[in-house]
Amino acid sequence: MRPATMAGLMPSGEDTDKRKRFWRGVRLGTPIAVAGFFLAISFGVLAEPVMGNVAPIVMSATLFAGSAQFGALAVFAAGGGAGAAIAAGILLNLRYLPMGIALAPSLRGGALRRALVGQTMVDFSWAVASRGDGRFDPYLMMGATAPCYPAWVGGTAIGVFAGDLIGDPAALGLDAMFPAFFLCLLVEGELRPGLPRTVAALGSLIALALIPFTPAGIPVIAACGAALLGLFDRPERAPAAAEEAA
Amino acid sequence: MSTEVWITIAVLTVAAAVTRAVGPVMLGGRDLPPAIRGVIGLVAPAILAGLVVVQTVGAPEGGAYEIDARVIGVGAAAIALSRGARMLTVVAIAPIVTALARLVG
Repeated sequence: MRPATMAGLMPSGEDTDKRKRFWRGVRLGTPIAVAGFFLAISFGVLAEPVMGNVAPIVMSATLFAGSAQFGALAVFAAGGGAGAAIAAGILLNLRYLPMGIALAPSLRGGALRRALVGQTMVDFSWAVASRGDGRFDPYLMMGATAPCYPAWVGGTAIGVFAGDLIGDPAALGLDAMFPAFFLCLLVEGELRPGLPRTVAALGSLIALALIPFTPAGIPVIAACGAALLGLFDRPERAPAAAEEAA
Repeated sequence: MSTEVWITIAVLTVAAAVTRAVGPVMLGGRDLPPAIRGVIGLVAPAILAGLVVVQTVGAPEGGAYEIDARVIGVGAAAIALSRGARMLTVVAIAPIVTALARLVG
């Protein structure tokens, strides 16, 4: 950002560190962007006959939320109207509420800046930016999202205009890729012994139990309720917050 | 249909932006009471566990289980993960095994 820093005249450790964390995020996000690219092609292929040429691309560019887009598309494809499509999309995006609350204490700066950082939140980048102790690295999150956005919008456009040539790439097993990603992030980043493991187990049971009885989106939100077990926890993680103040 | 589509895109775009902004705006930039922090620290394992389950055995349109080749692919990835495979390997195994299972099935 600052020319003096870039020239090495006035090295600022903090800026260099932020840039490093951002670029680490870009590296981590690149394989996800590739997967997202194919998923977006799939969205474009499926959306074009239902929504036309322009709307799917605009939707990817402004909404940038895979599950909500597929959810709204499914409603239209089944002959439903705007009300049902909006309801489906909102339910599928509702998890961004608890995700944003979890992210919030790790954000610095004014309200507008924090709101803008919140816009870069997608499942994967949020999860990869979680340090496993309740803190998040917003620079790493923004870096992880950066390659995903053009891949998502570009993939949608390719699906819309070249879908006939490509076919639907979802047949390739792509739908198994994202749960595998989340499983890795869960097991390697979040499953500290004790309460986190209990919460993850409870969360998966809640989701599993609700799948047949609730609309898409609800099981994940309900699983999030397992985090309320933290209310009964002795706050031994408290010192973690002090370090960020530095 | 077209108007319905555009209304949906507009409303969902605004709703998503607000949903993503609420937490950061209301609770950002300050330290929270320990009880809340305890809950916040557990949101990631809870959400990730929910996403894994829903995306592995849930029907994409919701409201039902759907057990198909995905389960085999994610299962294979889970085994690789438990054997200490690297993340990129684990994540590559899932779609490959799923696609093979679909070819065979």
